[in-house]
Amino acid sequence: MANHKKYWKSTAELDSNNAFVEDLKGREFVEKLPEDVFLGNKQAMNDSKTNRRDFLKFVGFSTAAASLAACEGPVHKSIPYVVQPEEIRPGISNYYATTVADGFDLASILVKTREGRPIKIENNPDNPINCSANARVQASVLSLYDKLRLKGPNRSGTPVSWTTLLEQSRQQLDKLQFEGAQVVLLTQSFASPSTYDLINQLLTRYSNIKHITYDAVSYSHALDAFEKAYGERVLPTYDFSKAETIVSLDADFIGDWQGGRHSADYVKTRVPLKKNGKAKMSTHFQFEANMTLSGAAADKRVPMSAAQQKQVLAALYSELTNSQASGDQTIQKWAKVAAKYLRKSGKKGVVITGLPSVEAQRIALAINQELGSIVIDTQHTTTIRQGSANQLTQLVDDLNSGLVQGIITVGVNPVYTLANGDQFAAGLDKVKFSLSFSMNNDETASKAQWVAATPHYLESWGDVEFKTNYFGLTQPTIRPLFDTKQFQDVLLSWLEKDTNYRDELRTYWEQNILNGESWNKALHDGFHVHEKPIKKKNYSDSVSDALDTLASSEQDGYSLQLYTKTGLGDGQQANNPWLQELPDPITRMTWDNYLTVSKYDAEIIGLWNETQSDGALNGGFAKITVGSSSLTVPVLIQPGQANGTFGLAFGYGRQAGMKSEMQTGVNAYKLYNNFSTVQPVVIEAIGGTHEFACTQLQNTLMGREDIVKETTLEIFNTKDRNYFNAVPVVSKNHIETLVTSPEVDIWDQFDRSVGHHFNLSIDLNACTGCGACVVACHAENNVPVVGKREIRKSRDMHWLRIDRYYSSQETFEGDNDTVNEISGLGESLTTFSSLEEPSANPQVTFQPIMCQHCNHAPCETVCPVAATSHGRQGQNHMAYNRCVGTRYCANNCPYKVRRFNWFLYNNNDEFDFHMNNDLGRMVLNPDVVVRSRGVMEKCSLCIQMTQKTILDAKLEGRQIKDGDWQCACSKACSNGAITFGDINDKTSRVAKSLESDRMYHLLESVGTKPNVQYQVKVRNTETS
Amino acid sequence: MVKSGDPQAVAIYEEYNKSVMTAFPQLSNEDIDNILAYTDYTPPAPAIPAVVATTAASGTDDTTSTLLLGVLVLVLVVLVVMLFLVTQTLRKIAIANGIEVETSKPKRKPLWKVYINNSFLVFSTVLFLLFSSAYFAYGYMMQVGIDQGYMPVQPIHYSHKIHSGANEIECKYCHSSARVSKHSGIPSLNVCMNCHMNIAEYNGEEDLEKGYTKEFYTNEIKKLYKAVGWDEDNQRYTGETQPVKWVRIHNLPDFVYFNHAQHVDVAGIDCQKCHGPVEEMEIMYQHSPLTMGWCIDCHRESNVDLENNEYYEKVHAELSKKYGVEKLTVAQMGGLECGKCHY
Repeated sequence: MANHKKYWKSTAELDSNNAFVEDLKGREFVEKLPEDVFLGNKQAMNDSKTNRRDFLKFVGFSTAAASLAACEGPVHKSIPYVVQPEEIRPGISNYYATTVADGFDLASILVKTREGRPIKIENNPDNPINCSANARVQASVLSLYDKLRLKGPNRSGTPVSWTTLLEQSRQQLDKLQFEGAQVVLLTQSFASPSTYDLINQLLTRYSNIKHITYDAVSYSHALDAFEKAYGERVLPTYDFSKAETIVSLDADFIGDWQGGRHSADYVKTRVPLKKNGKAKMSTHFQFEANMTLSGAAADKRVPMSAAQQKQVLAALYSELTNSQASGDQTIQKWAKVAAKYLRKSGKKGVVITGLPSVEAQRIALAINQELGSIVIDTQHTTTIRQGSANQLTQLVDDLNSGLVQGIITVGVNPVYTLANGDQFAAGLDKVKFSLSFSMNNDETASKAQWVAATPHYLESWGDVEFKTNYFGLTQPTIRPLFDTKQFQDVLLSWLEKDTNYRDELRTYWEQNILNGESWNKALHDGFHVHEKPIKKKNYSDSVSDALDTLASSEQDGYSLQLYTKTGLGDGQQANNPWLQELPDPITRMTWDNYLTVSKYDAEIIGLWNETQSDGALNGGFAKITVGSSSLTVPVLIQPGQANGTFGLAFGYGRQAGMKSEMQTGVNAYKLYNNFSTVQPVVIEAIGGTHEFACTQLQNTLMGREDIVKETTLEIFNTKDRNYFNAVPVVSKNHIETLVTSPEVDIWDQFDRSVGHHFNLSIDLNACTGCGACVVACHAENNVPVVGKREIRKSRDMHWLRIDRYYSSQETFEGDNDTVNEISGLGESLTTFSSLEEPSANPQVTFQPIMCQHCNHAPCETVCPVAATSHGRQGQNHMAYNRCVGTRYCANNCPYKVRRFNWFLYNNNDEFDFHMNNDLGRMVLNPDVVVRSRGVMEKCSLCIQMTQKTILDAKLEGRQIKDGDWQCACSKACSNGAITFGDINDKTSRVAKSLESDRMYHLLESVGTKPNVQYQVKVRNTETS
Repeated sequence: MVKSGDPQAVAIYEEYNKSVMTAFPQLSNEDIDNILAYTDYTPPAPAIPAVVATTAASGTDDTTSTLLLGVLVLVLVVLVVMLFLVTQTLRKIAIANGIEVETSKPKRKPLWKVYINNSFLVFSTVLFLLFSSAYFAYGYMMQVGIDQGYMPVQPIHYSHKIHSGANEIECKYCHSSARVSKHSGIPSLNVCMNCHMNIAEYNGEEDLEKGYTKEFYTNEIKKLYKAVGWDEDNQRYTGETQPVKWVRIHNLPDFVYFNHAQHVDVAGIDCQKCHGPVEEMEIMYQHSPLTMGWCIDCHRESNVDLENNEYYEKVHAELSKKYGVEKLTVAQMGGLECGKCHY
């Protein structure tokens, strides 16, 4: 056995003194049944007015009443169309290609609509560049049905008609132009050629209007650096599939860095495929302060503060150019190691950085120039981020000084997202004319004089330039739900043009982009590539000054590292319950943001976390002060956090236009001074206890540590399967027999060789933990949202969860002997804990877990009513209408994947999320039933999708190809970490992956024979 | 006439985008006269008075029988009273004459006491009652939620008997999505207008007993025009629509997935197999119980239609070898698995 690592899920687990954790490990259920509360209290029992007899009477009466009430069926009305649109057939989904570009996320997507309602977002597989949907884009369909969206235009809260708004606003603009007063048009980064064309027309007509672009999370430094080096204020693009060595300094490129979307390309170099018996992987160094998705995926993650990273960058540049790495020993060591790999890879190496420093960005560009990197593309650039930090600072001053007399905001919420949002709000009160284009009555809209209600992107037209020469189109997939108008249509009205934006867009495309090709084709595909020659951008920058600045950067005291979380991003969709309930991939936390601290710092400052006896997590509070502003935030001790640094996520703490349940966390933008994600900070511990809703210590592994298997690339290349991925053996008549052998099986095998036999394969190497599959599963299967209170009680309903395991590499080798001497489970639990100290820098493994669809399923044998049974095609079926809610199945499931409906989650005011209003329920998938209270539910391997595939094939009278089989999760995973198919089709990908050396099943020794395969994680650890 | 310059003719010619009316050269003048005569003909009014007369007659019959019954009951009551009075008078006379009337009969055990003392009898009766009530209760419970024969009143009296029966319109002409989708679909009103643009009144058979006269049916067509916004006089759509709120007859629970296309198109089952003799239904009703047992029975018996369907080729070859049969039932193909219909 190659792998004797200890996997753990929170620092508390490593603390051998923590009695709670030990207690939890010994118990299968975190909650103790509260029978003592009433049975133990004799007095209360005797005093109780309701005796057993009364109780029986009530039961009898309610049963009789219920059955009487059930006798009369409700009358259902069916209302057909008067004129049915040709393309709509009830019961059949239509797909439309469109593009989302909300200023933060960008994706080329297919929208699934049923009877005219968009119900799901899927990736557009035909788009030549990777623009797949992340968790937020997957969830954005629910934001369309947000009950709190603006229903129409208003003036200071009073509804007005569009005619009034359009006329009055134009009069105002005319008047301000006549007065010569400046008006600012503050917009998001559109990256939309046709919109910019319209804005330019507006600027020509009104010479007093100034256009300022603003990104809530700024990339101003990177833009400025690129402008200095290449003469254009744009961002370069990257193709990580060409990379051999990636050195990232604080750039979470698997997360949201520069708009995200890099992970699919990156993963192509991370899956070891053996060619001539040898597999290759790229090498990935990550220097960072917070634990990010990129850090989790890295081969070598080095936790360090931003100042140290700058020094590493400077040293790396010096080492690469003249082999003279500067700085102290650690810095030099890492610079030399990274430089060695970069040199070896040559043009296949790349250095990227997310440090908020123009100098650092320039050095990174200089290194890539030096390497001649082909990973970075400085010619095909992108304009998805254009915001300028300086212009914004100036704007706030101008608003307050009275220089700017009118302001129009489009798609931005500066009152919330600016560090000095209060000053911006004060400025808004002073101007003569303020107009906000917004979907929600957010902080800025509620302060503006006029509010123009805008449609959701699924109701809008639009276009976007992904990168130079690559264009995308946005088309409406539903008629506007409310009385809304697009910004572009309002622009046309101000320009007194008698057209609408759709026609204008088409004309613009036909004249400038399509180059004679069909508009309908571009609209159908959702994208268009127009290969026209690009004006070459040449590198010209001398970085010696920048080098000095970086090399001499020092950190005094603590620094705060602001970041965006997978769930909420910049906070635009904070009112989306799917995103609020999506566990953060790293911390497994829902419904909150928090200050991440290292264990070392926590002990010094006196910050704490505590696991309650029921498995819920509590944390203390910290007061963090940056400059003049301070916030009180709950604390989470984060393994891998660089000492002296603290992390805090943007996007939370929104109040205006939000449901009270969604007003979670604190607003980190208040500390985002000068648009720098790194801030000097003063931290002090303060009293109080915060209750987290964390899915972390719940459902412990009971010491079954072989659930995650991993090995190194070296072992993978040199040793055979039995070394790194041995099948467990059991003793039968003192002969060691493989658990997969029928000899040791207590069940008979069922012949599954006929027909389809579905398998799901999960590649632990390709999974970056991004969470897109979790949201896709919610959308496809009508999984309810249960809220923070219930999650805290470990009653989450996620059918698919992504478990995150930490492991400590440093103790890897020496432990083997000790581990071999352990006998028995009890000893292993205590010995493991004493083996390792909580590692400052753990390795991370993500493991998506859903129902394993065991061929010998333990759940099926214990169901008293046969509500769960096995299908011939390998799925473990769950008949909800048959379930009586005994929960035996969940108790007997070794993987803990069954979810119980403790309450009625739809039409229930106690759970006031999307399923509690008609608008929100429009997102439900009509092919999947909405479960009621008291029944068990779980992953069905999206049987509605496989059935649809089969039924379609029968209708068309054809065989089914491998790629036709899909689950919601496999479809959502652009990394290819999840593959679904039929193993009886020997040419299918899952049939091949079943034969792979890396394939294993979870808890194989239990003998459940699951239909979900996992591929052993291979790490490229030769760097250490 | 246009060529001759008739002003009215030219105006009409211009109005209809210069299209010429079909000339019908095959019709002679006599034919045309006949057609005109036919269209001017008004059918004689049906003999309604006769109907009224018959109802009146049957009404008098009823009254006579009730009267007779009343008289009989009265006579009986009088008899009973008289008898009672007679016995009382006799008794009084007897007492007056000093004759003792023997009132008590020899003591015999009452039947109910015998019964109660016999524990076997009591036990078997109780058992019988228990079982029979359980049987009836079960029967009653099992039909809860089964709406076989459900025949709601619809907003427009649409007769399948006329459309599907008399006119022999194919079911899937209107319920077209049954071919491709899980829903059979209630046809949208524009489908109705394909024919009813030209059929404004009913001229078929009548069922006078139930009041289904020609006027009645024509009136229903008018309801359609109102719903779809068709201006009959000017032969154009007004755009004012009122979608029809049909009452849904076949209600499957939400937790059941049923796909029409699979049964109609893939399996080639006649609509009538489940929906009954629709072509004879004046008012549509639920023919089948739509219970799970009913589904399962059919899945056990029916063979899968494998003809010319490439999808089944391989599966069929392997499965029929496995089961050693020539034809496979739906159940053998896995049609009884829970997850096939419940998800």
